[in-house]
Amino acid sequence: MGIFESHSPKGPLADKWVNHKNKIDLVNPANKRNIDIIVVGTGLAGGSAAATLAELGYNVKTFCYQDSPRRAHSIAAQGGINAAKNYQGDGDSVYRLFYDTIKGGDYRSRESNVYRLAEVSGNIIDQCVAQGVPFAREYGGLLDNRSFGGVLVSRTFYAKGQTGQQLLLGAYSAMNRQINRGKIKSFNRHEMLDIVKVDGKARGIIARNLVTGELERHSAHAVVIASGGYGNVFYLSTNAMGSNVTAGWKIHKKGAYFANPCFTQIHPTCIPVSGDHQSKLTLMSESLRNDGRIWVPKNIEDAKAIREGKKKPTELSEDERDYYLERRYPAFGNLVPRDVASRAAKERCDAGYGVNKTGEAVYLDFSAAIMRYGKEAATTQHLSNPSEDQIIKLGKEVVEAKYGNLFQMYEKIVDQNPYETPMMIYPAVHYTMGGVWVDYNLQTTIPGCYAIGEANFSDHGANRLGASALMQGLADGYFVLPYTIGNYLSQDIRTGAISTKTAEFDAAEKEVRERLEKFVNNNGTKSVDHFHKILGKIMWNKVGMARNAEGLREAISEISALREEFWKDVKVPGNAQEMNPELEKAGRVADFLELGELFAKDALDRKESCGGHFREEYQTEEGEALRDDENFMYVAAWEYTGNPSEAILHKEELEYEDIEVKTRSYK
Amino acid sequence: MNLTLKIWRQKNAETKGKIVNYSVADIEPDMSFLEMLDVLNEQLIMKGEEPVVFDHDCREGICGSCSLQINGEPHGPDRGVTTCQLHMRRFKDGDTITIEPFRAAAFPVIKDLVVDRGSFDRIQQAGGYISVNTSGNTQDANSIPVEKENADMSFYAATCIGCGACVAACKNASAMLFTSAKVSQFSLLPQGEVEADRRVLAMVEQMDKEGFGNCTNTGACEIECPKGISLENIARMNREYMKASVK
Amino acid sequence: MAKSALLKSSLAKKYWMAFSGLFLCLFLVGHLFGNFQLLLPVGDAARDQFNEYALFMTSNPLIKVLSYLTYFSIIFHAIDGLMLTIRNRKARPQGYVNFKPSANTVWASRNMGVLGTVILAFIVVHLYMFWGQMKFGELKDNLYTTANDQEVADLYTLTIQTFQDPQMGLIWAILYGIAMLAIAFHLSHGFASGFQSLGVNHPKYNGFIRKIGYAFAVLIPLGFAIIPFYIYFVLDKI
Repeated sequence: MGIFESHSPKGPLADKWVNHKNKIDLVNPANKRNIDIIVVGTGLAGGSAAATLAELGYNVKTFCYQDSPRRAHSIAAQGGINAAKNYQGDGDSVYRLFYDTIKGGDYRSRESNVYRLAEVSGNIIDQCVAQGVPFAREYGGLLDNRSFGGVLVSRTFYAKGQTGQQLLLGAYSAMNRQINRGKIKSFNRHEMLDIVKVDGKARGIIARNLVTGELERHSAHAVVIASGGYGNVFYLSTNAMGSNVTAGWKIHKKGAYFANPCFTQIHPTCIPVSGDHQSKLTLMSESLRNDGRIWVPKNIEDAKAIREGKKKPTELSEDERDYYLERRYPAFGNLVPRDVASRAAKERCDAGYGVNKTGEAVYLDFSAAIMRYGKEAATTQHLSNPSEDQIIKLGKEVVEAKYGNLFQMYEKIVDQNPYETPMMIYPAVHYTMGGVWVDYNLQTTIPGCYAIGEANFSDHGANRLGASALMQGLADGYFVLPYTIGNYLSQDIRTGAISTKTAEFDAAEKEVRERLEKFVNNNGTKSVDHFHKILGKIMWNKVGMARNAEGLREAISEISALREEFWKDVKVPGNAQEMNPELEKAGRVADFLELGELFAKDALDRKESCGGHFREEYQTEEGEALRDDENFMYVAAWEYTGNPSEAILHKEELEYEDIEVKTRSYK
Repeated sequence: MNLTLKIWRQKNAETKGKIVNYSVADIEPDMSFLEMLDVLNEQLIMKGEEPVVFDHDCREGICGSCSLQINGEPHGPDRGVTTCQLHMRRFKDGDTITIEPFRAAAFPVIKDLVVDRGSFDRIQQAGGYISVNTSGNTQDANSIPVEKENADMSFYAATCIGCGACVAACKNASAMLFTSAKVSQFSLLPQGEVEADRRVLAMVEQMDKEGFGNCTNTGACEIECPKGISLENIARMNREYMKASVK
Repeated sequence: MAKSALLKSSLAKKYWMAFSGLFLCLFLVGHLFGNFQLLLPVGDAARDQFNEYALFMTSNPLIKVLSYLTYFSIIFHAIDGLMLTIRNRKARPQGYVNFKPSANTVWASRNMGVLGTVILAFIVVHLYMFWGQMKFGELKDNLYTTANDQEVADLYTLTIQTFQDPQMGLIWAILYGIAMLAIAFHLSHGFASGFQSLGVNHPKYNGFIRKIGYAFAVLIPLGFAIIPFYIYFVLDKI
């Protein structure tokens, strides 16, 4: 071990990546043929990395729990992907994207990584277009852009409301090409259940075939974890049902530090919870905030009347509405970053102004946009003296063209027509900025084990800006990891094939098998979901959008107690030698029950408010986040010692050479 | 509401399956169809029975995992939605709902309602890509303008989520809509046109090898497709294939 | 690859299905216009005209080529259809307990095989009744000379007598009517489907093709079906 060192290259910020690439060791093509790499997870990061590594000549094995790599949850990303192309000529540049990302992340990310991210962002778009990703275009045939929350330029490339899907299909098609060439072996419906270390280095994994239940040993010269985020620790989130922390947590337990677990993004525009049966939350693209205005009633009586169904939102006049984001943040208005918008919604709802039956929803209103677009359309169509009905009709057409699929989705779920009555939205857990700690080369503290995409602690600091997750996943997978991993593998060219018939593999497999057997033989009385839901409630109420020391302490002891009960009383039907989704869930929830505790511990330890982490004790008089750069400008990297509560904190101090650290203000 | 469910249960690929009847109570109209199945499964687990296994993941209609044949139609009676987006308000108290796996020789049942759609992956592996390496030195994204109409059509073809509803709905279990959507996405773009011939020949060959049926233009696929992929894509593939074959 | 692709692949089978089917549509038009001569008032003129036409259709070398192409198309269309059906059956060995195709398809499109079989049976009977009699049966040996000095078989009288037969005439007319109904349904799907299989699909013209298809599917079989009833009910008895 002993590699808890950022390895950020020296030299001017703008030259670091180029200099680093020029100096790192390469593996010659003949030797690449003898080197195996395992990639766990096939989303944007894993899929793009697997394809690129295979193109370079390495033998790649990919693993995903879904039935096809194409189903990884990157597919659900809606809004878009940022790139500093400056196609709109609105003053964008690599530096500005870098600056926005650092600022958006509330100065808790590593400067050199973020600059590199901004630097390769343009290449991503070039690469994706070459692959046939059908981005939105203008009539001139060139690519279209839109703006997103937290920035002042239009740099977001998109494919309607399905950008993630299109980018993932791009990476998947690149993978397919390599599968066809025999350079990638794709293990679908397989779940990694442990990492195998030989002489301190990552040398393979134990994976369970989810169809047959068999445990399989796979060896490699390096292991790449690209398994996404851990938002499902909250039970309800916008993550897929199967999204889990298991791969990241297993390597954490084997020596990889886990960084900033408390940095979690709560997305402001999700469809509110409708009842206890709810299994997941649905995001509405942030792009809606470009045209929608967010409000709650000004008078608390009106809010009450609406909740009780006695009043309709459309009955309230302009004066009776509180457009609280526009009121509090005149410069950015409804386009403030996600953490700010989410907290503001919670603040209003906590104060009693929520508008659905649970009191946890605010309005996102398109009536002003419909009027505005309607008037524009009337002008372009040379209608003199259009009636209000005509304007509304034209406006609805424009709004439908822009957001039709989202409106339709909303109507399907909520059974209300958002063209007629304002949408209801509420924040929901969406993305986790924290994750496995990695250095500049994306290597974890286990030599030969890498983490990319959302699985690592990433480039987003304490808060991620919209349309940056896709950018980071693809940057890591296409343009960073395939180079940096060569530096490590160049030392491995004489190792030869790695045997799976060793004591290390025996031990790891045994451990995994015993745990699976424990589950199916436990004969408890409560289902896995029962525990997961309780964990989610603890997390949401005490480790959610606003946290305080007392609540966090409670959370830690409650989670710890819940974990104990889980192991005693969980009931997993069926056996381990067959397809058994309950068994899969049990393993994942067991890991969430450990992560949740570390999460709360990290939140308790960080005695400041920054980005997505808001401690009630640390706020300004106006209720804005109060950062403490003096004491907390570091990455909290936790080392596992046998119990989450006893994890050891390692600090990576953050240094900003090229940027002035300021208080984030969107006023 | 209270419902009777007739669900296909099958232990694994080797054993024979059968329809088993279940009843569920107190289903709320706001629940999604899969949440209704969650309720059933919770009930079964508590009774010590094996829960019904079904594919699902994102539960927002984009990953393409969920795949149920509900009352004789893939993804149920609603149009333009996947099973996970189907809500129980679509059903009435006392209804009987039949739930079966997607049926096709190329989609063998793995367990209960879960089928193996690996054949779709293999069709795409045969040629569903543009042969371009990752380099960071491909030409600038704006160097080749693409007619907006073509870009949009390519996008609509690319919205296919690979769920297999087209195969499930087709009386011939044909995979033409799926395959043609992939062929179209690439052939409509200048970037993909270069290897269009090779692609369509290889993908159709693989499609045939997998044992899918032939297209008889009944149009069931287009109607049941949760993403509304158009039959136009099939015609385009027919053209592309003819062009490639006579060369 | 390209060569075998044009013979063996599932798409190519559909091309041939479409080519042969659309060719047969052309044949139907020609056949119908020939048949309309049966509507002429009964008499020697009508008899001569029709029988001379029949002779022309069976002896002109160019028409001969076309008719062989027609026979071939019918046989090929049937065999190709059979092969497609067999493969389609194999593609879903285990059916659904509950399958609701009426929710997303029209009846004709799902029953092209059944309709095709009915049509094939009709063609066999039809050929036996008229063409067979002319080529191999009694008619062949009982030629007569028309006003234009042509030696012809009297197919006209056979046809009129068949449909005016006091016992069987109406039954034949009804059976022919049913066969035409099968052709109508077959065409209602097949006409537009042929274009789709050949890749002719454009949002601008699809509606037009479909409408022409429906019009074709109604008018042509209707034209055929009218004739036997007209002969039975309207035409003077021979």
